[in-house]
Amino acid sequence: MTTPFSSMVLVLGASFIGSFGVVSLKDGANRLSPGLLSMLKSWRLGLGVFLFLLSSVLYLWAIKHGSLTVLYPLVSLGYVWTLFWSRLFFREPFNRSKVLGLLLILIGVVFIGLGNR
Amino acid sequence: MIESPLVIASTPAASGTEVVSTPAQRHTSLKSIGLVSLCTVIGAAAQILMKYGTTHPAGPGLIGLITNLPLIAGYALYGVNTVLLVMALRHGHLSVLYPIIALTYVWVTILSPMFFVDHLNSFKVMGVALIVVGVSLIGVGSRE
Repeated sequence: MTTPFSSMVLVLGASFIGSFGVVSLKDGANRLSPGLLSMLKSWRLGLGVFLFLLSSVLYLWAIKHGSLTVLYPLVSLGYVWTLFWSRLFFREPFNRSKVLGLLLILIGVVFIGLGNR
Repeated sequence: MIESPLVIASTPAASGTEVVSTPAQRHTSLKSIGLVSLCTVIGAAAQILMKYGTTHPAGPGLIGLITNLPLIAGYALYGVNTVLLVMALRHGHLSVLYPIIALTYVWVTILSPMFFVDHLNSFKVMGVALIVVGVSLIGVGSRE
């Protein structure tokens, strides 16, 4: 099955939007006061969930046409964006184990995509 | 280093709200790592339930959709997952905790053959192994 370019763009967009969703969740989580109820009042958590839902709608739309072999690895680029955002927004350190670990995860996802043909 | 808008906004003075936990933890707690790992098991169960639900409709049209128990259970588990993820993110680095979510691929790949017409092959086994090693590396690196 050939994967249309539009599906690839959609999945890339979904991974990008999802990575901002997780940044919003982290930012909301950092500001939470104790107790489960405070979660419901946080607009940052609400925004995070909304961005996650948006990204999953785009993803489901994209995978209707296209091969998971190509699209799976593109989704997992979300992990790469998130690594950059955690450095940029939360000043978390880069280190060798994070970069190498992420690389192994990406290659692993490529393999699972290949295995799903 | 230039401050990003989000970092500025997350200081208590700028937001006006009381910040209880600070984002600048040195280590990611084991509890958070455990919670996110639990999220991946629940997330895999949710994905399998939702796939089962969409391939086995309870009836025609909208009624079939809203009475589809596996589908509803799948969505409910995603809700539980979000709460657990937020609890985990409070005490740890995003760059450590988020990649752990990739373990979801591992559970789905291993469990799918039990519920669907699906089988493991050498590509999938290799992929599962690489993801497990990658996640472990990030987890171990965060403890140093």
